[in-house]
Amino acid sequence: MLLKNDKISEIINGKRVIVKKPELLAPAGNLEKLKIAVHYGADAVFLGGQEYSLRANADNFTIEEIAEGVRFANQYGAKVYVTANIYAHNENIPGLEEYLRALEQAGVHGIIVADPLIIETARRVAPKLEVHLSTQQSMANWKAVQFWKEEGLERVVLARETSAEEIREIKEKVDIEIEAFIHGAMCSAYSGRCVLSNHMTARDSNRGGCCQSCRWDYDLYQLKGDKEIPLFAENDAPFAMSAKDLNLLRAIPTMIELGIDSLKIEGRMKSIHYVATVVGVYRKVIDAYCADPDNFTIREEWIKELDKCANRDTAPSFFTGIPGYQDHMYGSHSRKTTHEFAGLVLDYDKETKMVTLQQRNFFKPGDEVEFFGPEIENFTQVVEKIWDEDGNELDAARHPLQIVKFKVEREVFPYNMMRKEN
Amino acid sequence: MKKPELLVTPTSVSHIHELADAGADAIIIGEQRYGLRLAGEFSRADVKEAAAIARQYGINVYVAMNAIFHNDKVDELGDYIAFLADTGVDAIVFGDPAVLMTVREVAPHMKLHWNPETTATNWYTCNYWGRKGAKRAVLARELNMEAILEIKEHAEVEIEVQVHGMTCMYQSKRSLIGNYFEYQGKVMEIERKKYEKGMFLYDKERDSKYPIFEDENGTHIMSPNDICIIDELSEMVDAGIDSFKIDGVLHEPGYITEVTKLYRRAIDLCAENRKQYEKEKDELLAKIKAIQPKHRPLDTGFFFKETVY
Repeated sequence: MLLKNDKISEIINGKRVIVKKPELLAPAGNLEKLKIAVHYGADAVFLGGQEYSLRANADNFTIEEIAEGVRFANQYGAKVYVTANIYAHNENIPGLEEYLRALEQAGVHGIIVADPLIIETARRVAPKLEVHLSTQQSMANWKAVQFWKEEGLERVVLARETSAEEIREIKEKVDIEIEAFIHGAMCSAYSGRCVLSNHMTARDSNRGGCCQSCRWDYDLYQLKGDKEIPLFAENDAPFAMSAKDLNLLRAIPTMIELGIDSLKIEGRMKSIHYVATVVGVYRKVIDAYCADPDNFTIREEWIKELDKCANRDTAPSFFTGIPGYQDHMYGSHSRKTTHEFAGLVLDYDKETKMVTLQQRNFFKPGDEVEFFGPEIENFTQVVEKIWDEDGNELDAARHPLQIVKFKVEREVFPYNMMRKEN
Repeated sequence: MKKPELLVTPTSVSHIHELADAGADAIIIGEQRYGLRLAGEFSRADVKEAAAIARQYGINVYVAMNAIFHNDKVDELGDYIAFLADTGVDAIVFGDPAVLMTVREVAPHMKLHWNPETTATNWYTCNYWGRKGAKRAVLARELNMEAILEIKEHAEVEIEVQVHGMTCMYQSKRSLIGNYFEYQGKVMEIERKKYEKGMFLYDKERDSKYPIFEDENGTHIMSPNDICIIDELSEMVDAGIDSFKIDGVLHEPGYITEVTKLYRRAIDLCAENRKQYEKEKDELLAKIKAIQPKHRPLDTGFFFKETVY
């Protein structure tokens, strides 16, 4: 049997190179985020429509926006997947066929699905859509993956609980595309097997109503007879389920050598600054490794760059084994990021060295700012005089989305971003 | 009128006698290596003995293999399933398709009950698993009465509904209790403590207590209340729901037996003498309230609740 991971690398001109480059898959919470993800190097994006998708709170796409997203992605040769990963109730059945037909019509490449209702309906009414099994099914063994292959699925997104060794065995035994998470927030439960929100807030977690009850504080007690004994001392942090965010930057070489087909970044609710930063770093890491795997080292600047948009501590989670206490957040919740997004580059005049920039956060003359983007190496500079669109000098860029101009010594490009330290 | 099966969870082999006498039609047993959140731990020898006892009483034996499996156990599923087939158990309960695949290989005539816990939420998907070989679907506990009745109306498989006991709200592969002790620096206590009984999480905001325990399948967090709908069975009996389950996990055997007796009475009356059921149902509920442990309030689960998303 020819396995999809048969040939990962090849010797070309005496040097080993990776010939099976994994897809870098990024979240697209709205059209702007989609464009940023693709521009910063995602090979594919996933997004949610108005229905059938988890993340009921995200500003999800209309069909028209999906079609526009597909058109934009296609210009870059990138694919668009739509999450339709709820566990449907009877009441969700009407409307499903129309929705799936509309996705196919919009040119969507595939859908990410958990419920067999949606799998079979897609096959019947929208056969051009690839069907990927969502991590909501929590598939963690090769035989279950084999079942879904026999059902005709193109890809399985594994349970977040699978280790590198388990993925290796699954890849070895089943000839199907495997997608795995590399970065982002984690469910601390097996996905699909948590209904804390249903109980605590009457919101259905498996239809997008998750209110993140696993991030709350609880106290651990033991019942002995009728006595409730606290299992914590006065100054102990409360019990926590809350998991640190996943960060597999250092594991990318292993994941590529395992032949994992798609490396997924979580975070449809995250900002464009987050998407740009994370996609940008992983794009560089994957490209660098694939070009010269045997002389590859992780660069310190990549690790630092990821930290600039992190609002939680990170951990490798299950990739290297069962997580210990270090992988949990005790007594701490999300924190402020070290850097904030200050502006989006709209234009640059090489003659005058003037940038035209859309303000995204307060900054003023004298602030040190950092520019980054796919066309440039990161650099910092101090902001000097700032003008508005009409040429009036400003004491600060105060207004969100305000268009401002100032001098930037090095060349920058549209969609490059400017951030500053908090 | 067709009576739904009364399915209960023994805590031990000897408990089966009591439950059969109390009026159980079927029992679910197994071991944590393959099954989730069982009331008792039954080794292979216990399963054999349980099956023999069940045969004497003419009740059915179902064995839980509804864990979320990782590669490490896949190769031993066949041996366990062959053993169960050989022992003559009446059905295997599964959630992971790896079990279904293995049953096809080693015991194609074995009956299968599909129980993925939280994710059996619509009639189409129940029937899908029916076409793959399941004879029964065990519905998610988070459905309301209207949804359950609609599923039954469209179902081509038997439908099982939990009518009593606690339910699982959360399962993690992580060792949450052990990790917490380790974080607190109580390393020496961990091995002893993490598998101890009676632990719960206290949620100040809701003043709720959620039982929590760890086993081979990870960490399980359970509902703060026990479902009890002994006085609300009519619609489901009329609809022909095939099985009513009393889940006795984390309860004492004596309590499970008493509850079984009361539901036996309720089901019999509801199916055979509706007038008397209507007259007696409040009293049946009162009898359960009287034996209910202090820290386990009763409620009606999601049967009459509106859930949004």
